[in-house]
Amino acid sequence: MGEGRRRPGGGDVNTIVDGFQWLVNSEHWSGSDGIPIRVWEHVQVSLIALALAALIAVPIGLWIGHTRRGQVVMVQLANVGRSIPSLAIMSIAFLLAVKLSPTVAFGFPPIVLALTLLGIPVILINTYVGIQQVDLDTIEAARGMGMSGRQILARIEVPLAIPLILTGMRLAAVQIIATAGLWALAAGGALGRYIVDGFALQEPDRIVAGAILIAVLAILADLAFSLLTKVLSPKLTSQDARRKHEEPEYRPAPQGWTAT
Amino acid sequence: MTGAALAVLGQTDTQPLIQWSWITDNFDEIASRAVQHVWLTVVSVAVALVIAFPFAVLANRYRWVIPPVTWVSSILYTIPALAVIALLIPITGLSLTTVAIPLISYNILILFRNTLAGLDGVDADVKEAAIGMGLSRRQLLWRVEIPLAMPVIIAGLRIATVSSIGLVTIAALIGRGGFGQFIIQGLNEFFWTPLVVGVVLSVAFALLADLLLVLFQRLATPWARAAGVRAVAT
Repeated sequence: MGEGRRRPGGGDVNTIVDGFQWLVNSEHWSGSDGIPIRVWEHVQVSLIALALAALIAVPIGLWIGHTRRGQVVMVQLANVGRSIPSLAIMSIAFLLAVKLSPTVAFGFPPIVLALTLLGIPVILINTYVGIQQVDLDTIEAARGMGMSGRQILARIEVPLAIPLILTGMRLAAVQIIATAGLWALAAGGALGRYIVDGFALQEPDRIVAGAILIAVLAILADLAFSLLTKVLSPKLTSQDARRKHEEPEYRPAPQGWTAT
Repeated sequence: MTGAALAVLGQTDTQPLIQWSWITDNFDEIASRAVQHVWLTVVSVAVALVIAFPFAVLANRYRWVIPPVTWVSSILYTIPALAVIALLIPITGLSLTTVAIPLISYNILILFRNTLAGLDGVDADVKEAAIGMGLSRRQLLWRVEIPLAMPVIIAGLRIATVSSIGLVTIAALIGRGGFGQFIIQGLNEFFWTPLVVGVVLSVAFALLADLLLVLFQRLATPWARAAGVRAVAT
């Protein structure tokens, strides 16, 4: 996309209103380019990728946190992974897919691969930190009660790490949903389609509608995971433990996080 | 779109990943995109730091500043830059402002958060001791609190910088994407050379910037290393 071509836009706030009108127009709610189909595509690739990322990252994070082996290497690797631009990850996946098999390149595989890779670092780091921050006295006490390493992991460390594991998943979900919006740039589908097509067709209202849908989806995912974290977090009984696990008044930006 | 793309693919399947002649032919454009990418990143982080820093210092003393900022940031963090840029197009067009608004606001939130967390983390006893030694409030801030908060502040700078580098590539949507422009060109034309150039340069830039900030942190906090050595020695 060169700079020279004329594009829609420029100083008209009414276009935002047009965008909302585009959204409620019943014509846009049916057919293969309809809102339900695009939303479903977006949700599908995001959910598959999030599940895969969690399946890979959580066990590795648990293992590193529990054994405290390979911490430095993993944290560094996750840091490097975090710093690669999401557009670059998606393009590499697409290029690889085209090279391997052109038919695969235009389906789910490349975008799911890219989104999975994107989700792994933040889940991994948060799982690892969640396990590793469990009080050593607590673990010592569990060991004193005769628990095995596996029991300590399953009954003490994992429950206490749940809030952070879910934080990792929440951040990953938001990043994945944001990046799924870029899929349309690589001849893909999902909600980014409206933004890319809006440019091609010179329809600003379509662009705005796509942007609203992506933003709403990301916010909903964030809210869903916040709620899940509240429900699943362990209820700590002792005052002392609760104080330790309470959100401190102010935290630095979460581990492994990047804006997308 | 997909049909046409497949047709193009029939011919491009054996396309080499890199045509070196393209790079020499387009050297000027690569250089100007590099300037654009670096400039957008540096300016957005610098402007954000100038805005976020005083707010964080204020919030460290007057706690009521925190809830509204946290509230705004938790919502803003969540909205993808792609959506923000697309929503701004009708208002600010394809101007620099459309890119600058999301970049600077994400960075303000990151830097505010980390600066405040760094300042909050300074041990009360240390501050007590500094005041006891006769330091004024200003001296306390500049000579004790800020240096001790430095690792967390730099961690914030790393996140902001790396995020910005990634976000600039997305601004390719409106022609201001730095190296991202080549990625988009590659995807649009099914031409791998610019795609590979864009990917390699943007990833290299992100890694290099991160590395530079790690080095900067080492230089800025020499006592952290000394403390590490002491901890090992004893």
